[in-house]
Amino acid sequence: MIGRLVARELRRGFSGPAWLPAAFFLLVATLIPFAVGPDAMLLARIGAGALWIAALTAALLPIERLVEPDRADGVLDQLFVSGVADESVAFAKITGHWLAFGPLLLASAFVGALLLRLPGEQLPSLLSALFVGSLGLAALAVAVAALTAGLPRAGALAGLLLLPLAIPLLIFGAAAAGDSASGALLLECAVSLLLLAGAPFVAGAAIRASRT
Amino acid sequence: MKSLLRFDNVSCRRGGRLLFEGLSLDLDAGDALQVAGPNGSGKSSLIRLAAGLLRADRGKVERVPFAFADDHAALDRELALGEALRFWGGDVTAGMTAVGLADLREVPVRLLSAGQAKRASLARAAASGAPLWLLDEPANALDAPSLERLAALIGDHRARGGAVLAASHVALPGHWRVLELGA
Repeated sequence: MIGRLVARELRRGFSGPAWLPAAFFLLVATLIPFAVGPDAMLLARIGAGALWIAALTAALLPIERLVEPDRADGVLDQLFVSGVADESVAFAKITGHWLAFGPLLLASAFVGALLLRLPGEQLPSLLSALFVGSLGLAALAVAVAALTAGLPRAGALAGLLLLPLAIPLLIFGAAAAGDSASGALLLECAVSLLLLAGAPFVAGAAIRASRT
Repeated sequence: MKSLLRFDNVSCRRGGRLLFEGLSLDLDAGDALQVAGPNGSGKSSLIRLAAGLLRADRGKVERVPFAFADDHAALDRELALGEALRFWGGDVTAGMTAVGLADLREVPVRLLSAGQAKRASLARAAASGAPLWLLDEPANALDAPSLERLAALIGDHRARGGAVLAASHVALPGHWRVLELGA
């Protein structure tokens, strides 16, 4: 059932506008030179951080469709009575969400790095950090989506919850493209691992609470 | 014979309001019990308790494997009905045929009427092969021919040794024991 659930999440991710977060990410990356000017040195210096901010804001877009539609339509209840643990549902949602969101984000980051004229030697570390960080971001997004499912103005609330919690990912992710790349990347891995390990339990508990 | 569903001295309180207390019941093979009562009397809560979706404040609920159907279709709206039902497993063809939806196999779920969506949720229960069916308002949105089909479906299920617990604010077609809740 978990495999079917992951496949379902992936299909749902791509049947909606899966390109929207990636397009939003690129749009934000495109706006930065307009805001700070065309100074190539400056763009190269702030590029990694700017791309990370773009990634965080792009991660907000799909949150409302991650859990709430399934709660409202009784899918979560049916999964529970089918014997699927709420934590397993959350894990499947994280996996499916990342598969629909992560690779497109990484492809967009490549284009975004070119737009911001990031030095070529920074690109591998930036993409590595985004790869690792996007896993943590997907976990965080599902947990936040479960916590806010069914609440009024859930979208705004989700943003208020997700962005502060994603600050460690932002700090280490942006630093991973800088001078202390390897140490920051390890810390980024640690934060993502923590989020991946904890998010299914947080989301599972939230799903259970919304049911009762 | 072992009960398919047993409530032992169960109490349920929701939103600070006591819905029922000290409720004991047994559902054996071939039984059909309708939970009746006015709106807000706890019919749906009783079904959700039976399904394990709610926890009893007191008492114990035991059940065998079951299927649960309520007013939520729980089907992917963009998929064809047959494909959407296949996600939940079981004998989908038999389930769809039993509720008269076999012709709508290729129709997207989003295009189903309310009555057809209700029949689709009943088809999932029928397809499951579970011995116990827990149905919340199974007659909602059904027209007269569909009600007859529902009666036949439940009759067949009981004849095969299954049991049904259904909550409904209207009398359900067929022969049912009735448990009246609240006033």
